[in-house]
Amino acid sequence: MNTTAHDPSLTSYYVTDAFYRELVESFTDWQRDDLAIEDVAERDRCRLLLEREARLLDQLAFDQWLNLYAPECVHWVPTTPGGGDPRREVVIAFDDRRRMEDRIFRLRTGYAWSQAPKSRTVRMISNVELFSTARKAVRMTRSNFLISEFRPDGVRFLSGWCGHRLIEQNGRWLIQVRQVNLIDCDQNLRNPSIIL
Amino acid sequence: MLEKIKSVLNRLTDISDLYDWDELVQEDRVHRLIYTDPAIFVAELTHIFGAVWVYLGHESQIPNNDDFITVRLGLRPIILLRDSQGKIRALFNRCTHRGTTLCRKEKGSARMFTCPYHGWSYLNTGKLRAVPWPDGYACDFKEAKFNVAQLPRVDSYRGFIFGTLNADAPPLLDYLGGITEPIDEWLDRNPGGKVVVCEANRLKFKGNWKLAYDNSGDGYHVVFSHRSLLEMENRLADEANKGMSYYKGSPDSKAMYMRYTGNGHHFKDKRPNIQKRAGGLWAVEGPAPGSEHYADELRRRFGAKADELLDLAGSEPVNINVFPNLSLLGNHIQVFEPVSVDETNVTWYGTSVVDDGSLGGAADEINALRMRTQEQFPNFGEVDDLANFEEIQRGLACLEDEWIYMHRGLEVPGRVQTDENGVVTAPATDEAFMREYIKEWKRLMQAQPNLVVQREP
Repeated sequence: MNTTAHDPSLTSYYVTDAFYRELVESFTDWQRDDLAIEDVAERDRCRLLLEREARLLDQLAFDQWLNLYAPECVHWVPTTPGGGDPRREVVIAFDDRRRMEDRIFRLRTGYAWSQAPKSRTVRMISNVELFSTARKAVRMTRSNFLISEFRPDGVRFLSGWCGHRLIEQNGRWLIQVRQVNLIDCDQNLRNPSIIL
Repeated sequence: MLEKIKSVLNRLTDISDLYDWDELVQEDRVHRLIYTDPAIFVAELTHIFGAVWVYLGHESQIPNNDDFITVRLGLRPIILLRDSQGKIRALFNRCTHRGTTLCRKEKGSARMFTCPYHGWSYLNTGKLRAVPWPDGYACDFKEAKFNVAQLPRVDSYRGFIFGTLNADAPPLLDYLGGITEPIDEWLDRNPGGKVVVCEANRLKFKGNWKLAYDNSGDGYHVVFSHRSLLEMENRLADEANKGMSYYKGSPDSKAMYMRYTGNGHHFKDKRPNIQKRAGGLWAVEGPAPGSEHYADELRRRFGAKADELLDLAGSEPVNINVFPNLSLLGNHIQVFEPVSVDETNVTWYGTSVVDDGSLGGAADEINALRMRTQEQFPNFGEVDDLANFEEIQRGLACLEDEWIYMHRGLEVPGRVQTDENGVVTAPATDEAFMREYIKEWKRLMQAQPNLVVQREP
């Protein structure tokens, strides 16, 4: 099946069993000291990308946020600490490109009562580490996040760490996978309606 | 001594004198107090979440002997387990000695539980096994009172485990009554009539648990509360018939209906809206990650038979509600857990199918798709309902605005049908199910249930 013939905004052909398997494998045992990229400039490039993502989400600049992502991307929020296997279990979110666009569409309808009014957020990103993989044009990064979210009844905090898989395409690093690991991913969450 | 304690407890929790229940719960409306009064909530912990069969968990969560999960009965922490001989038990997660919880893990396998505080140990039958330095005690610990307390009645219907503290509760099958029929159909559409629980979308809201049960059969709210979901899932469709689109237009003239079957249980049947053919359900499922790939893959392997396989990844269009805390809807097992008068956990367990030989080896593909379709409603639908429930709890702070209306369909000629067994049938947006279940709630709140714990394994 020639996946490049299909527009991932319209159809979901790239989410295959091989895709899932490769994803689960890549996100297992990747945060290893022997794979760490120590170069400060490289790490800074990566950190700037993550901080830009954070700012765009805080600004609700969803079109620009999507532009940071490769066309066949995944936004994955596991419910199992450590990731689990999304083929076998429901997860908080497993969004392919089309579902990411679904999510944004819904938030823009004006009828998403869980975001009426909209949350105000400030995201802090830190502890950024960069790791190499078997392929030069593919890197993994780990970072911690703290989202301060204001809703009418007060400010609350969503904490966790992210694993991003970055791919280099035409001189740009794009996000292919973002795995958002909330520290309370397996607990009952109140109004998880923002894009984390 | 127990009689004195019981009488003190009754005075604290027995509020049948505090309220005129017929004032609080009327034919067409209920008083805001039933959602906001902490005294009523405390009484519910015994009169409802103690006195009737309450859903505790699914057998697939404790598949092997010695497996356990920790759950709740009302606010009581419970260890739901399969003991070493295979018997399902619901133990109070509470050391007999000084009251601390015995088990601090959410799930696992254990032949015995040892208390972290003073080392008392219990077999998973609940029987006290040993205490450290027993010479320091005058008693010989042979009395049953030192065993872990457990629910006297635990029973299972086709994998759904219920428990009660009520020694006089009717058999589970009698309690479930007519709701077993839709439960059977919900199960039997899956191969072998079985489903396996596979993780959950876990939510909570700042509101009373009955706001969720009021909503569980509500057809009136769909096009308003879930407007953003309906627009989202139809945005790419050739025909805007995805999801619960059948609530648009004139829903009450359609073939779908609600049915109250007794004891607080009720059922919304939306299957008449769906084309009765293989693939009819899949045809109205909104797009999900992997939809086109898996559909093509199954069609390549199975030809026309792919349609009935894809239907297993579609959301079964029913809402089966078992009072007080269980809903089967789509492919979900949804559980309501009261946390306080104005806080409730709502857990949407996903389910997967098991290949019984009839799936041609396609279980993995069906499940990979079924996981994604199940994530849709909790992410894009439920969150808006929960926001509306929270805002009800806020609105109910208006003390002088006393009434919550439930009179849709009441006294409209020919609208609500009641048969000789008390089974009530009405159109999809009707509130008859609310009126019926809250009558049962009122009856239970005024009853004097005989709640006991069992000490003998």
